[in-house]
Amino acid sequence: MAKRIAVLDVDKCTGCQSCVFACSRKYGEAGIGKSAILVRSAGGMERGFIVVVCRACKDPPCAKVCPTEALRPRRGGGVILSPEKCIGCGMCREACPLGAVFWDEERNKPVVCSHCGYCVNYCPHEVLGLEEVE
Amino acid sequence: MLKGDPLSRVLYIDLSRRKFWVEDRRDLFEKYIGGTGVAIELLKEECPRNADPLGPDNPIIFAVGPLNGVFPVASKTVAMFKSPHTGNLGESHAGGRSAIAIRMAGYGAIVIKGASDIPIYLSIRNDKVYFRNASALWGIRSSHTVGRIIREREGEAGYRTIMRIGRAGEKLVTYASVVTETFRHFGRLGLGAVFGSKKLKAVVISGKRSIKVADPRLYREVYDEIYKMAVETPLMRKYHDLGTPANVVPLNNLGALPTKNLTQTRFEGYEEISGERLAERFLGRRLACAHCPVGCIHLAALREPYEKEPYFYKTTMISYDYELIYSLGSMLGISNAEGLLKLIDEVEIYGLDAISTGVVLAWATEAFQRGMVSEKETLGLKFKWGDHEAYIKAVKMIVDQPNEFYGALAKGVKYASSMYGGEEFALAYGGNEMPGYHTGPAAHAGFLTGARHSHLDSAGYSLDEKAYVSKEELTVERVAEYLFKEESWRQILTSLVICLFARGIYKPPMVIKALKVLGYEYGEEDLMKIGSEILRNKYSFKVREGFDFSKLKVPKRVTEIPTPHGMVKEEFIRKVVEMYASMLNLSG
Repeated sequence: MAKRIAVLDVDKCTGCQSCVFACSRKYGEAGIGKSAILVRSAGGMERGFIVVVCRACKDPPCAKVCPTEALRPRRGGGVILSPEKCIGCGMCREACPLGAVFWDEERNKPVVCSHCGYCVNYCPHEVLGLEEVE
Repeated sequence: MLKGDPLSRVLYIDLSRRKFWVEDRRDLFEKYIGGTGVAIELLKEECPRNADPLGPDNPIIFAVGPLNGVFPVASKTVAMFKSPHTGNLGESHAGGRSAIAIRMAGYGAIVIKGASDIPIYLSIRNDKVYFRNASALWGIRSSHTVGRIIREREGEAGYRTIMRIGRAGEKLVTYASVVTETFRHFGRLGLGAVFGSKKLKAVVISGKRSIKVADPRLYREVYDEIYKMAVETPLMRKYHDLGTPANVVPLNNLGALPTKNLTQTRFEGYEEISGERLAERFLGRRLACAHCPVGCIHLAALREPYEKEPYFYKTTMISYDYELIYSLGSMLGISNAEGLLKLIDEVEIYGLDAISTGVVLAWATEAFQRGMVSEKETLGLKFKWGDHEAYIKAVKMIVDQPNEFYGALAKGVKYASSMYGGEEFALAYGGNEMPGYHTGPAAHAGFLTGARHSHLDSAGYSLDEKAYVSKEELTVERVAEYLFKEESWRQILTSLVICLFARGIYKPPMVIKALKVLGYEYGEEDLMKIGSEILRNKYSFKVREGFDFSKLKVPKRVTEIPTPHGMVKEEFIRKVVEMYASMLNLSG
């Protein structure tokens, strides 16, 4: 069964961004430049946080606007990127209403969540979870 | 340092000429790692001898280190400058998002020089620096509002830090702070006034890089080890459960909680302002600095009715920590928790160092009670232990400085007591107001010998507490050696830059392992040597600017009120200071 990252309880988020760092680290780098998840304040930290991550749409708008079929729908929702096909036009980034298509400035290509669940292991408060999808 | 690591890039910004440039300072980062080690070198280069701390010659230096953005709880930025409060070395550390933003923008340090003729704020985005007009932000009453305006105007939410000053910085109160991410501070020694003197209202920094490591698999292994220690072991429990306010009860029980300007060491109202009670009644949210899974920041949700309008309430989120509960609570005899929180919020709104503000108000209260100052000086305010409303008014007066008396309070207790008397109960060390530990001789000796004259320099209180439990008799040698060794090692932690709360995780073997991931080959001895060298470099700056160990004084009050180790003897402290100075061996 395919899985997806789910934001289970955003009110418990302390904004530590451990998930953000985990994502780049999974791909062998420190920092946040390759991360497909972001935690930002909801307009001031006293108001809590927003976790921005792909929610694995069944009919992903980012894939629809891709002119080269570099982004294709993934089984279980969300998309898979074929970097060799991607021309870095940025249409996918514009198309995602959640802002969940991130950008790798070095390669000039999108960074999209693969729903691997690595970040979930580093959430100290179970804000994030990995759930099964049809 | 690995090839391609942007750590060695130093961003220079000249406010007078509205110019910026980047230099590769591999020379400094290879020798002194980063953070405090590099910052002191940059300060020596940039700050001319005898510079006016509030003049354009005084530089502001921000520095981070190799572990920021790489390992958890490496979340701090070091700021260095010449302090307008003490007229000597100014160093202050803050978390929030500052360290990650600087590292991810691709810098190891930022040097801000000169002064602007009009209010401005800086926006640093990766390789670009924008000088933005801040005339419309100057004079805004609350530092929170300034944060909100800049937050809306500048993008990159989640990747940025917004450091700003409040009115206290604009009005050059010598212990004004710089607030970052609303609830964290470059608190001690007056960085806010240095910002104000340069007409610099705020600095926004953003970036989202990644950093290559020598061995990704090893990186993940070491990371997991540290992460587990931070979240699963008892090492950090105190910080994430109750946070630093967990200290109130044990320090009170020990008879080490400075109360009412240290006329007492136990506070009859301690329970009301304890970490336990505050959590139970007010804890509304917990926050973390970027890349810290511990999350020690505790916010109280204070719900208040509007007096004249029924069914109208406001809820304010107020960050509380041990040092604030001490300085603005027990030191002022405030046991009303709501009153304490309101006072903390006022200090936050104006952007003042909370420790110094509380100690200044405590001195003023005693001076007022003894008739050294009257309502003529206080402009009608009656300073009285526990009267939070009077203290809230006094905070505004310190910022506005409507007369000579409040002007003196705005320069700290050392200055105020030199004008009005009461030096014997002016609780300052090397010009910096006392932190909240009357635990014994090591704490007080540490406040004197510490390069910043603050508690986190060498944590003498920690030795006092351990010795008390084990019934160890503290000798001059033991205290001096402990303070010197601890402060030397802390130079390494603050060069990396690790939050000192995580010192139990980052012991030498762990630091060596973590640095190896980034291509550094250090042994324990190398680190110890570099640590004491950095400490020596700081002291050589201090001496250059007129510091003299033999002129350091223990406030008389400290020697009159017993600690858990009995009375602190001036003679004992003086000997510790002498021995510490000889260990530092500045001439050799």
